[in-house]
Amino acid sequence: MKLLTVSGSPHIHGGLSVEKVMWLVVAAMAPAMLASFYFFGMGAIKVTLAAVLSAVLFEYLITKFIMKQKSQLGDGSAVITGILLAFNVPSTLPIWMIVLGSLMAIGVAKMSFGGLGKNPFNPAIVGRVFLLISFPVQMTSYPIIEKVFPMQDAISGATPLGIVKEGLKKGDSVSSLMDQIPSFTDMFLGMNGGSMGEVSAFLLLLGGLFLIFKKIITWHIPVSFLASILIFSGIFWLINPEVYVNPLFHLVTGGVMLGAFFMATDMVTSPMTGKGQLIFGAGIGILTIIIRVWGAYPEGVSFAILLMNAVVPHLNNAFKPKRFGKEMKNV
Amino acid sequence: MGLLTFNIGGIHPPENKLSAGMAIKNIEIPKQVVIPMNQNLGAPSQPIVKRGDMVKVGQLIAEAKGFIAAKIHSPVSGKVFKIEPRIDSTGFRKESIIINVEGDEWAEGIDSSDTLIKDITLDAFQITEKIKECGIVGLGGATFPSHVKYIVPEGKNPEYLIINAVECEPYLTSDHQLMMEKGEEIIVGIRIMMKALGAKKTIIGIENNKTDAIAHLSKLAEQDSNIEVKALKVQYPQGGEKQLIDALLGRQIQSGKLPLTVGCVVNNVGTTFAIYEAIQKNKPLFERIVTVTGYPVQNPSNYRVRIGIPIANLLQEANCDMDATGKVINGGPMMGKSIPSIDASVTKGTSGVLAIRNEESKRHEVKNCIRCGKCTTVCPMGLEPHLLSIIARMGENEKCEQELIMDCIECGSCVYTCPSSRPLLDNIRLGKSNVSFMIRQRSVK
Repeated sequence: MKLLTVSGSPHIHGGLSVEKVMWLVVAAMAPAMLASFYFFGMGAIKVTLAAVLSAVLFEYLITKFIMKQKSQLGDGSAVITGILLAFNVPSTLPIWMIVLGSLMAIGVAKMSFGGLGKNPFNPAIVGRVFLLISFPVQMTSYPIIEKVFPMQDAISGATPLGIVKEGLKKGDSVSSLMDQIPSFTDMFLGMNGGSMGEVSAFLLLLGGLFLIFKKIITWHIPVSFLASILIFSGIFWLINPEVYVNPLFHLVTGGVMLGAFFMATDMVTSPMTGKGQLIFGAGIGILTIIIRVWGAYPEGVSFAILLMNAVVPHLNNAFKPKRFGKEMKNV
Repeated sequence: MGLLTFNIGGIHPPENKLSAGMAIKNIEIPKQVVIPMNQNLGAPSQPIVKRGDMVKVGQLIAEAKGFIAAKIHSPVSGKVFKIEPRIDSTGFRKESIIINVEGDEWAEGIDSSDTLIKDITLDAFQITEKIKECGIVGLGGATFPSHVKYIVPEGKNPEYLIINAVECEPYLTSDHQLMMEKGEEIIVGIRIMMKALGAKKTIIGIENNKTDAIAHLSKLAEQDSNIEVKALKVQYPQGGEKQLIDALLGRQIQSGKLPLTVGCVVNNVGTTFAIYEAIQKNKPLFERIVTVTGYPVQNPSNYRVRIGIPIANLLQEANCDMDATGKVINGGPMMGKSIPSIDASVTKGTSGVLAIRNEESKRHEVKNCIRCGKCTTVCPMGLEPHLLSIIARMGENEKCEQELIMDCIECGSCVYTCPSSRPLLDNIRLGKSNVSFMIRQRSVK
């Protein structure tokens, strides 16, 4: 007689899988990736390919030879780390450097904690920060996009954030610096020097909204992150607009959109509940502005995310979901 | 639309109500029936018949033992063949009465006609006694002995009687069909229950995927100003007692408390019909409506089934392709229990028999938790299944208790939604049993 399967309830499953989640994230990043290919050409394609392939290869080798476990490459998380790492570097970065960055991201930040789901810090950001502090020159020399900067002589290779940072240090006024960078609308659409994935805030926003629509991420982190950037930098701007930059500038430049929708929202390294996520996002926003305004680096999103990653276990403990019957309306 | 629903978590699985609108048919009584003694929540019943005894339909064959317990009545007439342990739907051997069927002779005093009797002659105390005499248990699946709910402390009469006609489990349609065919009896049943409880108002909660039942019962309840039908948004697990009260009244029962603390008593609509039959027809609970459904079933149907009939007979009657079936579930797909053998009997708690296709019978491969928090988002009790699962596995019983593991209603929404297909509920059940053991030990000391 045929034996029936016996198992605990429930007996049906909603069909969402890790693979589906990860490949949807890849799909959401695709427009910004294609834009980086368009703006930066072959260099971008090479660096992205190298980042993705090396991330996948390192994960495979470590799972097989060090952890001696069944490979979970099909889940696509290594591909995401690779793309995100490439998004965070200039297209002119030497290939060996991006491979080294991949090794740090996958080997150190992800697999040493036990692989997918176990890492406390966002692997791609660990990779980027490692590269930034080890190879500051290569990591901050950005190719000049002719469509973007008509006055290329004056500002060769710096990002708008870098231009503003340097200018303010020298004592230039904000208004004079604003003439040296593209308009906010141009920067929002992609007319923006910088890392490969940071060029088009608009396409990143589009991908992010797609993820929210698909219920892969929720609105909490992006909204609180972006809002805290606006509010925190807005306060200083209102105090003195000649020393502190317009909050909208902070919103459309650098890694803010990338961070808000793709890096800070990484499920593994962000809090589980809405309330925790709101605090998490607000913390990233405030830290970003502190680093941008007073720090040594022009950009602070990655540092801010890493710092807040460290706080996640506490946020999870402090902000429990609303329990049923806690706020009772008993008779 | 602004339909009512509960306030925390919830999911919406495909409804798959394949047997919707199928008229209730009788299942032929086989030559032999096997009646397990553990058909209700609480203590099993005690046989009071002996081998060789002749019994009639509706005759008492097993006594309730203890407070949370229920009597069992013979579903058939014939001769007691044996009393011995038989494998029941849980897969364990349980004491059962086996009866060889001879004819269909009903015990005296039972009204087996379909005539509607509206006048309620019994008083509140007599009604509760009668519910107890007739062995009525909650027919939604939990099989809690019904009379216990009607023993209300002096002066603590509930404000509301809530009729659970949600049927939020996918596939199941027995309650829906019962409302369509026995609406008038259900309304009389409600009046009986209100009288027994001294309740001021009744709300019938029905999910909005049963608009015909909502319209039908609303019309029948027109004269009763204190009976109201409310449409609910389709959302699982709305049929959970706590979720239903929250949805209808916005009142949330505190952890570990009973519905009476928020002024409510909740009964399933099937139970309401059984109470009508017990009080007005003097008919004990020995048959119930069972949905037989699933994709391998060619004629998904709703049947009136005597207790003790093998589940195999139901599947055969509905033309189930057993070669294509990998799993058979007693109940719905979310909270029902998979049964090891279809030779097990239908009991008072069998709300449905669901056949699952081979390819959907196995669980998916378990992956690492990616900390997406979806289990927490959908948990209708506001718990953290990912956390409970881990600490339960580690045997941290005190921590489990602090994290309110005993509040878990085992609805399975967390597992349904988990992208890593983690066995969250298996671990939580383990934790719950360890924690309840710990709590019992504490009270012993």
